[in-house]
Amino acid sequence: MSFRRPSILPGFGLTLGYTLVYLTAIVLLPVALLILRSSSLGLDGLWAIATEPRVLAALRISFGMSLAAAGINVVFGAIIAWVLARYEFPGRRLLDAVVDLPFALPTAVAGIALASLYAPSGWIGGPLSTLGWRIAYTPLGIGVALIFIGLPFIVRTVQPVIEELDADVEEASATLGATRAQTLLRVILPSLVPALLTGFALAFARGVGEYGSVIFLAGNLPYVSEIAPLLIVVKLEQFDYASATAIATLMLIVSFFILLVINLIQSWSRRRFGYV
Amino acid sequence: MSETSIEWVPEAGFVVPQKQRVRRIRTAVTTEGPVLRASLIGIAITFLALFLLLPLIVVFYEAFNHGLGAYFSALTEPDTRAAIGLTLLVSAFVVPLNVVFGLAAAWAIAKFQFPGKSFLITLIDLPFSVSPVVAGLIYVLMFGSNGLLGEWLQAHDIKVIFAVPGVVLATIFVTFPFVAREIIPLMETQGTVEEEAALTLGASGFSTFLRITLPNIKWALLYGVLLCNARAMGEFGAVSVVSGHIRGLTDTMPLHIEILYNEYNITAAFSVASVLALLALVTLVAKTVLEGVWGEELAGGSRRH
Repeated sequence: MSFRRPSILPGFGLTLGYTLVYLTAIVLLPVALLILRSSSLGLDGLWAIATEPRVLAALRISFGMSLAAAGINVVFGAIIAWVLARYEFPGRRLLDAVVDLPFALPTAVAGIALASLYAPSGWIGGPLSTLGWRIAYTPLGIGVALIFIGLPFIVRTVQPVIEELDADVEEASATLGATRAQTLLRVILPSLVPALLTGFALAFARGVGEYGSVIFLAGNLPYVSEIAPLLIVVKLEQFDYASATAIATLMLIVSFFILLVINLIQSWSRRRFGYV
Repeated sequence: MSETSIEWVPEAGFVVPQKQRVRRIRTAVTTEGPVLRASLIGIAITFLALFLLLPLIVVFYEAFNHGLGAYFSALTEPDTRAAIGLTLLVSAFVVPLNVVFGLAAAWAIAKFQFPGKSFLITLIDLPFSVSPVVAGLIYVLMFGSNGLLGEWLQAHDIKVIFAVPGVVLATIFVTFPFVAREIIPLMETQGTVEEEAALTLGASGFSTFLRITLPNIKWALLYGVLLCNARAMGEFGAVSVVSGHIRGLTDTMPLHIEILYNEYNITAAFSVASVLALLALVTLVAKTVLEGVWGEELAGGSRRH
């Protein structure tokens, strides 16, 4: 038995070899070095750094705000995906294109734009500040930036699933006497759950690691509005490589965990619904 | 474009083209009432306008707020010109390297069957799920003065971190999966029949790739290049860690925006930002056009795989 199934196409060895060499040099070796460096700290060392009050606060803010933003995005992202997939109205295609803006707009540009909008003198921050609300330079600012960054992940995961739902089940549900609300909540929503969960996990993972768009809007006060990626930068500037490595490793572990969860959701969905 | 007529196929009856089947006519029982429908559309438009469209508008508003003169003098300032030059240089290195990698990976993965394939795809996707700051950090650990290769590099007087090579490396890492991700699923659905026919007719391997495979994937490849380029020019976090922010030398456009903004040079910051925002708009328009014309091909790639 050979390693690959026989084929008359040439170039397998060359292309796979190049892929593996490039992958190893650019991704695997540096990531392995990070894990190696942090393992030299030992579990105790890692734990000691992770439970430092400032690190703990940064991790709590990063994870908390990412969860909150992903939660808000699930609700509005589902509505937007539904509207884009099901309704015809003028401007639909423009709206559909706008959804991808956070993928295309550089994070630093998004960061200064959001900061200028939500600053006390800005278009949104101004009216809010007369009501006594402050968003820029508070933890809420982090939430706003993460909503911006995460929205397309939900819409783009859910929208294709809505587009390909069979109308038969809705018709069946209606003929069997269900109201439209019952059909939406008990027939359609359950079949969107895997896509919603996947989108939530993707948005959450992106939010935890996000840096550029957040730092302009967050105020970056230690213990209050300092996110974990920023703390890595701060520790690096202080030449505290051990702490930077430890925080990075914790974040890496979390992203591996999220990847695993996404894969589990998708294999569950494939068994339960027959699609991802 | 595909034809829209309904065809009669003897064994299968009437065959409705794929596109028509998706958008079928909805009756009253399978759609929402006008009030609910209008309010859902209203919520969607308001949310998108407030969170996505307004930030884009404010970039151009702030950039042109003090007139065209201020805008262009901000863009022609020497440090800004150096930043634009460096950004172009970095993407001129990064995009071709990731295109070659994407093509090689797609050829091996899509055209051959071998064990461990899905694990390999997961590894290629890995940079998507790593924080940009962590991406920068791993290169500091590798090439920095305290890093694995730090002493050797210093002895040979090679600078990677706080220099252009570090910026290029960090950008390659962050944009690593873009091209491969776009073309692998498409090449998988296209199979190997056409290439096999070309080979049996006597074409060489390379001319098969050049004249059969490449034309088949050209739009997906272009799309991948656009995404890769947009991200390469706009990357901030990873580059910020490795560049050292040396004005005129290692400052890319996004880093220069940060410096200008922190110096309260708001108009200049937004002027540079507007150039990157324009690039993002071009990318979005190209994406919409490509999907509109070659939607079936592209959609086969990025959905359901």
